[in-house]
Amino acid sequence: MTSSPSSSSSSSSSSDAAPALDTARTRLWDAVSVGDEHAAVRAAHAAVDDGLTVETVLLDAVTHVQRRVGTEWAANRITVAQEHAATAVNDRVVAALALRVADRPDRAPRNGRSTDRRLTIACVAGEWHALPARLLAEVLTLRGWQVDFLGAHVPTPHLIAHLHHTGAAAVALSASLADRLPTVHTTLNACRSAGVPVLAGGAALGRDGRYARLLGAAWAGDARGAADRLEEGLVRPDPTAVRQPVDDLAHLDDQEYTLLTRSTVQLVQHTLAALEDHVPAMKTYTERQRQYTAEDVAHIVNFLATALYVDDDALFGDFIRWTADILAARDVPPDCLFPALNLIGGQVKDFPRATGVLHRAHEALAAHIDSMPPPDPERPG
Amino acid sequence: METFKGAAADHHGVGLGTARGAAPYPVLVADTSGAVREVNRAALLLFPRAVDGAWLQDVAPAWLADAHRYLTDLVLSGGQEALLSPGHESMRPMYGDAGGRAFEAYPTVGEEGEVAWWLIDITDRRLAETALRTERQRALLLSEVSNALLACMNVERCTTVTAQLAARHLADAAVVIPSTTNHRLSVISSSATGGVVRRTVDADPGHVPGLSEALQGLPPVSGRWIDPGALPDWLVPGALAGSVGSVVVTPLPGHGVPTGALVLLRGRENAGFSESEEAFARLFAARAGAAWSVVRLYAEQASITATLMRELLPPTLRQVHGVQFAGGYRPSGHGTRVGGDFYDVHPGSDCGQETFVVLGDVCGKGLDAAVLTGKIRNTLQALLPMADDHHRVLSLLNGALVASQHARFATLVLASALRLPDRVRLRLTCAGHPAPMIVRTDGTVEEADTRGTLVGVLSEIEAQTVEVELAPGETCLMYTDGITEAKGGPLGGAMFGERRLRNALAECLGMPAEAVVERIQMLATQWIGQGRHDDMAVVAITAPRTAHTAASEHPPGRCTT
Repeated sequence: MTSSPSSSSSSSSSSDAAPALDTARTRLWDAVSVGDEHAAVRAAHAAVDDGLTVETVLLDAVTHVQRRVGTEWAANRITVAQEHAATAVNDRVVAALALRVADRPDRAPRNGRSTDRRLTIACVAGEWHALPARLLAEVLTLRGWQVDFLGAHVPTPHLIAHLHHTGAAAVALSASLADRLPTVHTTLNACRSAGVPVLAGGAALGRDGRYARLLGAAWAGDARGAADRLEEGLVRPDPTAVRQPVDDLAHLDDQEYTLLTRSTVQLVQHTLAALEDHVPAMKTYTERQRQYTAEDVAHIVNFLATALYVDDDALFGDFIRWTADILAARDVPPDCLFPALNLIGGQVKDFPRATGVLHRAHEALAAHIDSMPPPDPERPG
Repeated sequence: METFKGAAADHHGVGLGTARGAAPYPVLVADTSGAVREVNRAALLLFPRAVDGAWLQDVAPAWLADAHRYLTDLVLSGGQEALLSPGHESMRPMYGDAGGRAFEAYPTVGEEGEVAWWLIDITDRRLAETALRTERQRALLLSEVSNALLACMNVERCTTVTAQLAARHLADAAVVIPSTTNHRLSVISSSATGGVVRRTVDADPGHVPGLSEALQGLPPVSGRWIDPGALPDWLVPGALAGSVGSVVVTPLPGHGVPTGALVLLRGRENAGFSESEEAFARLFAARAGAAWSVVRLYAEQASITATLMRELLPPTLRQVHGVQFAGGYRPSGHGTRVGGDFYDVHPGSDCGQETFVVLGDVCGKGLDAAVLTGKIRNTLQALLPMADDHHRVLSLLNGALVASQHARFATLVLASALRLPDRVRLRLTCAGHPAPMIVRTDGTVEEADTRGTLVGVLSEIEAQTVEVELAPGETCLMYTDGITEAKGGPLGGAMFGERRLRNALAECLGMPAEAVVERIQMLATQWIGQGRHDDMAVVAITAPRTAHTAASEHPPGRCTT
């Protein structure tokens, strides 16, 4: 493929193929949601036989179904196991489509061994959602790139060694959870020090890519945009111009992020101990419930630290609202977050930025809970 | 300044006797009409025609005459006060050349508006400043070269960056030719705009004066001896075709071995290379060559390591003969890829034969442990024909390990899996290893009832094999103690432990094998957080939920039950 299809042509082709796409989405969801790998693979092949391009099936059907898997989990309509099983099935679908293309004689030729069209795609360390990155890898392969897909949770030293080895023209880095942002920043700087430009993508970078801009990476909102952006070519960074994190983020100078991160475990311990006094119900918790609570508190502290890292209240506020929704969907009253926020606040009162972030999250949570529909009395549990 | 005041009174005549006249610097006074009124000895030497009454513009360089006119116009229109306003530019020194030397000229204005120009010879300072600037730029460039080249530990990138930097800073175009042992030359050329073209040519470097020598690391040939017209086409980048004016060929000296040659080209309209520029090109080449050597060494080492590691890395698992297998491995330490944990799956020769699976843990970590895992894996491969008797396999392995010089031991779990029409039959044997866990259709998790002694210590071993069956959707998980002994958790310092592993596995009912492995790995890794951990390995054996067909096996299996 010499030129990438423009977004306008691909959207028009998908609107022509709208009924076929709807059918594909429905069939795929039906198969994926029950973990039926074979039916899912059949549905994907059928969609291509119906005239959809492989790229359309990957980006408009598989992505759509995967997004639905996420919302179904958030709404507590499927279990963690079903979510994982569905994702695994989607992964098989991607593999089957990739194989179908690889077998085709007219597939895009690779331009020799030139490193100009060789890319690396990886999820940052701690990121386990590999499917979005995998989809991008397949789309870029379709468009004639030589792609090294390193998968989920790639330790930065492995990524850098790989870049040195292959001399890749660019790296696409994926991160979906916002608390990966400090790691994204470290990884970005490491890639730039190796003279390789980075395109960052995934929900962690913000809906509008604001955190990618903040950390100095190119950004794309979806796989199609990422493929187009990479096709345009990224400018190789000057490896000698790479700086320390605090040079990019002057607010880190107040050390709040560093101190908070260093004392995360103590913060969680104290918060949990104090929660037992404040929330009588916790006395009757099973050990497993206690562990979930500890993990939730640890998440809150991690996201608080991340909000301090990028100096953005909204990041923490969004996380708290999202957590409230997740809890409400599992019949846990979301106002149990208030004592947690207060107790953490009591321990970081010497940190003005952290105190401000917690204060505004408190307000945001109150407003959010007010706007929630009342619990359905008909619903059991 | 006292002497100046004394002299200011006598503002006519040559003034040889005044302090101004005796000043060691040229002093020249001209009135508001632009006529020379006073010249001292030093000024006369510089401007021999500057006699009293001559027009300044006729006897002095234009830059001085213009500055004089500008200043006197200002005085005539605005009076002396015009010059006194703070920070007025007109009283700043002027710079220009006269008599082949560089001067700094300071004006002072007399009572009638006449201006005395005090000239200071700054030729040597200028030269020193220029030399300093050049040296600074060059030092900066050299450090940039080292930084840029060492940042990309990739041979191909390194040649590209060298060509780009050389073209940008040293010439109109630069060509880099790495030394090779074969007859084909790689030619990487860059123009000053940074565009790079890589080509491979079948050419004799002997046709370019100095190139063969440079590729062998012999001293460079001066550009003055190379006829640019005689250069072969493959050496000249398109933009310079037919218009090369000067050439320099310099070797890129490596650490004891020649690494390649750098060819610098300039067009006809530009000057040739000065001796200083040629010397600097050699300096540049020395830095680049040193960086190349490091990068090549790194690439060689990395490639050797990769070759040696290939056998030690865990294999990629897949569905075999109707049974799903998946494995995940995370060695301790950031930089390493191998360690003391290992697993292997040896498919049965057909779907009626058992597939043999092993997961093990050699005491110790890192490369030393990994080397022993390689030996154990090879030994087990050789013992495959006896795989129907786990005890015998373990005994023979034990014998081999006890006899070897290794002071290390290993724990293992062996599994033989066979797909039956509606279930998967497993034979499991532990040798000093945590027993595999099995998640059942009702969501309970049970431990396989097998135990045995570790291998490599005692002359005889004991091991009991157990047979279990997996219904569709059930998974048997083999793991190393790196998982259960992972320390961390939200409260810090707690072990992940068997109970958490059981709870995690209970949630994995019905998942495909790779999803089980990924979930267990994810939970253990998240439990550890930023902390240190031991090697961790897991293998999941899963009975597929849906009827097994060839479609999901790559390459397709021969049987479809």
